[in-house]
Amino acid sequence: MTVGLTHYLVVAALLFGLGLYGILTRRNAVAILMGIELMLNAANINLVAFNRYVAPAAVAGHVFALVVITLAACEAAVGLALVMAVYRNLETIHVDEINLMKW
Amino acid sequence: MGELAAFIILSALTLIPAVVVVTSGNVVRAAMSLIPSFLGVTGLFVLLGAEFVAGIQILIYAGAIAVLILFVIMLTEGGTGLAIRQLNEQRLPGIVVAGALTIGLVVLVLRTAWPLTAGTLPASNVTAIGTAFLTDFILAFEISSLVLLVSLVGALVIARKEV
Repeated sequence: MTVGLTHYLVVAALLFGLGLYGILTRRNAVAILMGIELMLNAANINLVAFNRYVAPAAVAGHVFALVVITLAACEAAVGLALVMAVYRNLETIHVDEINLMKW
Repeated sequence: MGELAAFIILSALTLIPAVVVVTSGNVVRAAMSLIPSFLGVTGLFVLLGAEFVAGIQILIYAGAIAVLILFVIMLTEGGTGLAIRQLNEQRLPGIVVAGALTIGLVVLVLRTAWPLTAGTLPASNVTAIGTAFLTDFILAFEISSLVLLVSLVGALVIARKEV
């Protein structure tokens, strides 16, 4: 039995589900960002696996995996800066206690 | 056979720390568990023949992003203690939604006939990726560099103290 495309896709689906579970259940904003990183990693596995098994002559999947990694770095920087700003103003980073705009 | 064994080991290395990341009551432990999970994904990239992406994954994810997350956990004291409840009241809906999506995705993946193509990757990954970035994907390259600049300036503006 050799490793095929579906193996990688199943692993990526499991990783995506774990990240989604983290996002839905965590109170801590930093832990929610960790869940987002897991989901982006799952998308990257998909991109590289499709590149390997569907279009091996091109490197488009690698290129877009690198773009996703770049945007993940941007998202982490901005997201964590927002967490810092919220903590400085409200003294909490629990997203269910941040309800200033809730009527 | 060796490829299958490597795949199983790397998948376990990716998924088991990911479970700790989303379930651990200790946020620092969750952040530290991100690192083996990222390294497992790196191993999967190497198994898929994407050495350059694997190197960048180690530099950016296991290096920069994990350290950034740990720094913010240390700077926002008060959210990380063991006595603080880390999960909200949506635990059951969370399990249902994430489980349903995962099962749906797995069923979809297993039932689809993928248009597989036999072939080999370019021998020199880095050369091929660099050429592709500066010819076919020049727009994506330029836009991502612009987004990087704007987001770093924005992060500095948001995170600095008011004067």
